[in-house]
Amino acid sequence: MANQTAEKLSRDEYFYGHKACAGCGGALAVRAALKVLGQNAVSVLPAGCMSAVGFNFPQLCFSNNSIISTFAGTASMLTGIEAGLRARGYSDFTAVGFAGDGGTADIGIQALSGAIDRNDNIIYICYDNEAYMNTGIQKSGLTPFGARTTTTPAGANIHGNLRPKKNMFEIAAAHDIPYAATASVGYLADFIKKVEKAAQIKGTKYIHVIAPCPTGWGIATDETVEIAKEVVDCGLWYLAEYENGTFTLNHKPKDFTSVEAYLKKQGRFKHLDLDDIKTVIESRDKKWAFIEKNFTYQ
Amino acid sequence: MSKRFLSGNEAFAEGIRLAKPDVISAYPITPQTIVVERLSEMVEDGSLKSEFIHVESEHSALSCAIGASASGARAFTATSSQGLLYMAECLYYASGGRFPIVMMNADRSTALPWNIYGDQRDSLSQLDSGWIQVYAENAQEALDLALMSWRIAEDSRVSTPVMVNLDGFVLTHTYETVEIPEQAQADRFLPPYVTGNRIDFDNPKNMAFSAGPDTNFVFKYKAHAGMLAAKDVVAETEDAFAEIFGRQYSGLLDSYRTEDADYILVTLGSIAGLCRETADRLREQGIRAGVVRIRYMRPFPNAEIAAALQNAKAFGVLEKDVSFGNEGTVYTNVNSALQKAGVRIPGYNFIGGLGGRNISAGDIAQMFADIQDGTEHVNFIGIGGDGNGESNG
Repeated sequence: MANQTAEKLSRDEYFYGHKACAGCGGALAVRAALKVLGQNAVSVLPAGCMSAVGFNFPQLCFSNNSIISTFAGTASMLTGIEAGLRARGYSDFTAVGFAGDGGTADIGIQALSGAIDRNDNIIYICYDNEAYMNTGIQKSGLTPFGARTTTTPAGANIHGNLRPKKNMFEIAAAHDIPYAATASVGYLADFIKKVEKAAQIKGTKYIHVIAPCPTGWGIATDETVEIAKEVVDCGLWYLAEYENGTFTLNHKPKDFTSVEAYLKKQGRFKHLDLDDIKTVIESRDKKWAFIEKNFTYQ
Repeated sequence: MSKRFLSGNEAFAEGIRLAKPDVISAYPITPQTIVVERLSEMVEDGSLKSEFIHVESEHSALSCAIGASASGARAFTATSSQGLLYMAECLYYASGGRFPIVMMNADRSTALPWNIYGDQRDSLSQLDSGWIQVYAENAQEALDLALMSWRIAEDSRVSTPVMVNLDGFVLTHTYETVEIPEQAQADRFLPPYVTGNRIDFDNPKNMAFSAGPDTNFVFKYKAHAGMLAAKDVVAETEDAFAEIFGRQYSGLLDSYRTEDADYILVTLGSIAGLCRETADRLREQGIRAGVVRIRYMRPFPNAEIAAALQNAKAFGVLEKDVSFGNEGTVYTNVNSALQKAGVRIPGYNFIGGLGGRNISAGDIAQMFADIQDGTEHVNFIGIGGDGNGESNG
């Protein structure tokens, strides 16, 4: 399946020559999505890693039409572009946003909610590297429990971030959005399939893709894909879709791999003690009980 | 051409209908609401073929307009007060990206304390945002500016967004008889927007990019130059407007009986009419009074102001604004114009109308008396003092 997807994927590059760190999961997600959406994709990227590494005049790294939006304005700029191009008589294009976790779940959530509410014909892709990586690894609303960031230090009193990830997938779904999905660059074929599917659906589409950041996560630069796979295999992330009012689970691990092993591989979780890890596992199990109850599996 | 009895907001909406924007993004705020209500009705009845986007905030209103403009579309939005401040980030974004958006601002007081009435602290706080700023005096001028501002903004020498300011309630909600031009006239005056600064599928672009210390300065300089080029483009646009519509406007400022005036009051917006009437009455008493109404605060009419004031004995600046800890911003700008031109005459700042407080004909007559006799540099009308002492208001 993965090989077939790779063979089908366009050889054209739309995002290259940029300054992303080695092993950047976000860059991989953007590159793959644009290969699916092609030349007539118009990409909008807010302030964040991908705009910081891709738009340094005169070194401009997108070969499709691309524009930086304000940090809070990914979705609202997508709306304007989609409406403007339509008003000018274009129909064969895709307005696609690539915003990070902070740009989506924190500062950009209002504009995103507005766009979904209007059912604007756009694809919004959140590349989630679980902290404000561009500014130097500060906590965002999508930083997981226990993670050490530069604003959630791990010390004797507080063991990193105290709060779980905001549930953006179900928040998007709660708008009764035409299509929402979760993905991971560790399951790239699944992500690509979801981008392909989103491109065929009219209205607002939201895809939330886990995109590890070796710099911020404290992993080797060649471990990005592996760790992005492992987060799904150990059950701390899941691959799912929301469509026509129904949640569908796309991938069900037979047995979860070790949560502890997943956490201990990463510098940001090294400080967690057994109680912390127990909390993470309990939270995972609670989530999966919810999934078993409310998601169909195919 | 037809005549209708319209409020300032309604007149402006008629001007926007004639300009045929492709995209309108709108979020309601008093006293701007009537504009977007009327535009939504025009879209509903089919007399305006625009994409009408119900955005969820002013930040998104302007962000959406920027996206539309980047796609090569003509984009309009409107706001006021807190809304203008909320979208402030996008103001700089639009001007830096050279997106010729037109926005109406209903000039309104800024919180705290909360207040919905008219003053100009909202727009004047954004003088540095890179937008052309023009202040209408009456409903007809508002409608005409709705048409002219597009032609100025979209001129390739300018490529700068325009903020058209209407005094909240006093102008936005006051009804006057207004001439509505024919669509054919408007089409002749305002051709469709054509630009290279847009998304292009044949020649894809990376837009709104980063520029480091070596090039950033150059982009800023070019934006400044574009704004300065608007001075000539305003004049050309007004001449073309007069040819088609028969109304001639007076450029960056409007001088009234200043040629032989000893005492000149400089102001902006809807209060100018009362200032001119007061000057007429004073002239009947033998006092040679004149009025300068600044129409464009950006680009600022430095030379024109100096020329209008150079033969006067003294001047005053009446504005609905104060920069706390200093003085009114219009006063600062006018003083700078005179200093650069070597005009050395006494000048006084009259700050009034904050939070919608009325400015009466008697207040204005007193200002002329104070200009003649000399007073504090900064005066708060109805409160007194220069801001250093106790208030008795």
